[in-house]
Amino acid sequence: MSNSLATLNIKQLKSELSTGSISPVDIVNDIIKSIETRDSEVQAYLSIDTEEALKSAEEADITKPLGGIPISIKDLINVKGQPCSCGSKILKDSYTSTYDATVIKRLRNAGAIPLGRVNMDEFAMGSSTENSGIQITKNPWDFERIPGGSSGGSAASVANDTAIASLGSDTGGSIRQPASFCGSVGLKPSYGRVSRYGLVAFASSLDQIGPITKTSEDAAIILNSIAGKDDLDSTSLDTEVPDYLQSLNGDIKGLRIGMPKEYFTEGISPEVLSCVHGGIKTLTELGAEIIDISLPHTEFAVSTYYIIATAEASANLARFDAVRYGNRASNPTNIIDHYRKSRAQGFGEEVKRRIILGTYVLSSGYNDAYYVKAQKVRTLIRNDFANAFSKVDAIVSPTAPTPAFKIGEMCNDPLQMYLADIFTIAANLAGICGISTPCGFITGDTGNKLPVGLQLLGPALQESTILKISDAFEKATEWHKQRP
Amino acid sequence: MQDKNIDVNYVADLARLELTPDECERFSEQLSKVIDFVKQLEALDTDSIEPMAHAAPVYDVMRNDANRPGFGSNTALLNAPMSSNNQFKVTRVIES
Repeated sequence: MSNSLATLNIKQLKSELSTGSISPVDIVNDIIKSIETRDSEVQAYLSIDTEEALKSAEEADITKPLGGIPISIKDLINVKGQPCSCGSKILKDSYTSTYDATVIKRLRNAGAIPLGRVNMDEFAMGSSTENSGIQITKNPWDFERIPGGSSGGSAASVANDTAIASLGSDTGGSIRQPASFCGSVGLKPSYGRVSRYGLVAFASSLDQIGPITKTSEDAAIILNSIAGKDDLDSTSLDTEVPDYLQSLNGDIKGLRIGMPKEYFTEGISPEVLSCVHGGIKTLTELGAEIIDISLPHTEFAVSTYYIIATAEASANLARFDAVRYGNRASNPTNIIDHYRKSRAQGFGEEVKRRIILGTYVLSSGYNDAYYVKAQKVRTLIRNDFANAFSKVDAIVSPTAPTPAFKIGEMCNDPLQMYLADIFTIAANLAGICGISTPCGFITGDTGNKLPVGLQLLGPALQESTILKISDAFEKATEWHKQRP
Repeated sequence: MQDKNIDVNYVADLARLELTPDECERFSEQLSKVIDFVKQLEALDTDSIEPMAHAAPVYDVMRNDANRPGFGSNTALLNAPMSSNNQFKVTRVIES
């Protein structure tokens, strides 16, 4: 395994490619070999398009920024000719994408190869990938534990060296939290930075596509390729895309980094806290100035999120009517019965639960009390960040309050599972950017090492700042280099 | 036992979801807890706060009102569970 190209990152592969010592076909072959030997237990992949990937590799232009680099794709981003099941039985074995999402078009233009589909919580609803209607993905560091979610297959494939990099999506932490649990780097771009065209919508005002990678430098390379205005997504921002690699000079002297007191309270595992404090010490040694700040409405973020996200989801998932796509129940008595049965048979438990909650908070008589109220609290949460970012350049916190938990541990208590997103959710509500990078390991009860992530949040469109900090952190530490 | 905050049967009907009695019972229990939890927002005075529907300040995005390429019916029908005569086939809507 140690000689496999699958263990390298994008930057290393580009360097090897440029010397002519390897070819894109070698990379794809090594990734496929690695999937064959290492994915049978982890089960990150739902499908692999080997033939197409090898064909693309043969034609790849290695002078492009991602020339010949295979990338795994979360199963809710459309890749023409590949399945797109969103981890759901309602689309499993019956849906083939008829077009490329804008991010896929842009990845292809940059020379990348969308190699296969990776598992996720059904319609991105979950924090463990256990809500997949298709299979259970395991954490590569400990097969008894979950990889996080909802982009669990993305993070597990990168950590397990069965993908060079992956695209995920983040609605409340679904890129950052699994990256934290698997020891990968996960970047959630600011709302509007990356086009959502071709991403199957969960909560449209919160969703963003972003990379899960082995290093922050690799995340910058991918963001360079996918960011920017797209006429097919009216919420994508018409703001210049900087070269995100340019800011990665390792120099964070004088940068002001805020530590919100509300993110360092009870309820966090002491071992996680200790890793994060160690990470903050490193940032200080690198010359950053750590400043105490407050985000006073933090305790309301989870409630606000679960009202807004489920409301939007209930509307978005109304499109699954088993007419244009999706598996249809047999012998319905009338059209209403057709909808009710097809949706009941196709959707899993968590999706049903969230559709019901979302329908409830939007229903007549409750809309103002829940949905409008939550939209107002969302403003308060955004204002908290605006105040904080008038004093600091970035914010540091744990990505998640615990390491990866055990499969089945939280399944019967949805509220407890929702609280696992407590440190990541506010960034989506406020529309700002965030990244998780490995900052240590703790030892689980079976003796396995479990990764811990450090989260950095930056103001909207300041991805350069958080990438600069996480890159400097990675240059000073070895955590991100460790493999299961 | 706490009071149930939500009539799950009624809401499931609005959402066009058929639930088993078991699911109804379970969701009612679980969602009552979630609704109790989110009621914490009531404690905040938000009378003078503007609601926020969106994270980015983008409004009324327009494009030229001109034709552009789209899927033809063949492509659009590729994933249809049932189709005939080059159209989606729907369960009967009008009673005979």
